[in-house]
Amino acid sequence: MLLKIVNMKVWVSYTLSSLRQTYEEVRVVPIISIRNLSKTYASGFHALKNINLDIRQGEIFALLGPNGAGKTTLISIICGLVTPGEGQVLIDGEDNSSNFRATRSLIGLVPQELAIATFESVLATMNFSRGLFGKAPDSIHIEKVLRDLSLWDKRHERIVNLSGGMKRRVLIAKALAHEPKILFLDEPTAGIDVEQRHSMWGMVRRLRENGVTIILTTHYIDEAEEMADRIGVISEGEISVVEEKTVLMNKLGKKQLTLTLQAPLSSIPDELSTFSLELTDQGNVLVYTFDTQKENTGISDLLRQLDKLGIDFKDLHSSQSSLEEIFVSLVRDKGASLKP
Amino acid sequence: MNFYAIRAIYVFEMSRTWRTLMESIASPILTTSLYFIVFGAAIGSRMGDIDGIPYAAFIIPGLLMLSLLGESISNASFGIYFPKFSGTIYEVLSAPVSTLEIVIGYVGAAVTKSMIIAVLILITAYFFVDYEVLHPFWMFGFLLLTTITFSMFGFIIGLWADDFQKLQIIPMMVITPLTFLGGAFYSINMLPPFWQKVTLFNPVVYLISGLRWSFYGVSDVAVGLSMVMILVFMLICLLLIGWIFKTGYRLKD
Repeated sequence: MLLKIVNMKVWVSYTLSSLRQTYEEVRVVPIISIRNLSKTYASGFHALKNINLDIRQGEIFALLGPNGAGKTTLISIICGLVTPGEGQVLIDGEDNSSNFRATRSLIGLVPQELAIATFESVLATMNFSRGLFGKAPDSIHIEKVLRDLSLWDKRHERIVNLSGGMKRRVLIAKALAHEPKILFLDEPTAGIDVEQRHSMWGMVRRLRENGVTIILTTHYIDEAEEMADRIGVISEGEISVVEEKTVLMNKLGKKQLTLTLQAPLSSIPDELSTFSLELTDQGNVLVYTFDTQKENTGISDLLRQLDKLGIDFKDLHSSQSSLEEIFVSLVRDKGASLKP
Repeated sequence: MNFYAIRAIYVFEMSRTWRTLMESIASPILTTSLYFIVFGAAIGSRMGDIDGIPYAAFIIPGLLMLSLLGESISNASFGIYFPKFSGTIYEVLSAPVSTLEIVIGYVGAAVTKSMIIAVLILITAYFFVDYEVLHPFWMFGFLLLTTITFSMFGFIIGLWADDFQKLQIIPMMVITPLTFLGGAFYSINMLPPFWQKVTLFNPVVYLISGLRWSFYGVSDVAVGLSMVMILVFMLICLLLIGWIFKTGYRLKD
């Protein structure tokens, strides 16, 4: 009996360990691995400078950067639209140049521009996309994708008659027609309304739940904040930071305590000079910026000191800087001190 | 081989043809009919036989070639240029498709369309001229090889062109003059000896001559030479397309 229990324990322990190992492998092995990638266009423009980046399987990775930073060039090289310069791109362990059939069939791309054959019907363009990627016709899958994107009722409609938002959804549907494992969304919600954006976010999350890796570029930082697991910032052709979103926001996000005073101050008293304070709203609001990473935020000390000085307040609230503020500061500073 | 991709491109291109039936098919037939009326019925009745063939019948292979060269080039060049212009080419470039498969898809559709036009022109010609085809198999072979070759040439023009004007330059400035000077309306034996030699540098001479032989058994140059010239031109086009896709010239930069 005792031996049976011991054996059972050993078996359970072995199984758990195997499962953990498999989980770690899935988590750690990158589905896209970019090594020393550079690109200089014929015009002499140096679009990418020695990019090294790993995208993990099953994650939503947001690539942020100002216009002309190199986001679209990077995506275009990975997808085969632009001839690479130096370096290597591995998709699921395979080189995307020498083994283009295997690698490209894993990828779906939603481009930034509304590039779509406008005189075709929605259904015809879906069948075209699926065939192009070497997949046999599958009306059930096509119907599922179109229903997920609320396009099924428009399947016989010519694309020219659809609204901008619908055309954007058709582009997404086309990218999903061949059941890709990796989906590139280059500004997917540009030009669509708020309700549709939320619906699209839901769809992206469902895709991720089904194991699809998603790489997203967006100008809507709140979109990245809402959806991404990790954030990469690219500026002037260089990756300046790659970090888990929560870590990035904790590490770089500033927290502020805002105190609305009972009586306005003309200036910050000398006794408070050790605190990072700012007086705004004609002396009626005192803003204290503190570091969330530090053990002692200094809030208690500040409140005690205010009490000692007889400075009374009628309201206080704290706030954390948004990803947008972090992004702006990263791009401005080019993340010089933040390289991974 | 990605057969699904070839079929997808082919079906897409052919659906464009059916969508624009009037411009695609009716227009070239109408133009050729006008040639038959003017050169065949009106002027041809006052012309003597050439190489023992009535003039109206003599010009059929030349007119056929004139129409086919233009159609093959414009169909294939527009087929690949428009996705470049509209940006939809991204899908083809990002798909697991080889250069050969892309060429088969686009050029195959252009060839099909041109061959349909060829058949319709031949049927139309019956309404204006009495003619017989001596070697139907070779006629089909010449037509097919010519449309394949010039569709590939059109495909190259479509890849090269970066505006709509450039799409028209080669057909208008090069192909049409070469066809007119390539014996479409006359036998090169009718030219002075010096110009007979010069005209041999015109590749269209070999195409028209070969096709005319398949109709009536008479030709300006040896039939074998005509066939070799078509194959050489086809090979040059293939190599050029291969180079364009390999380097990404005007496609990936």
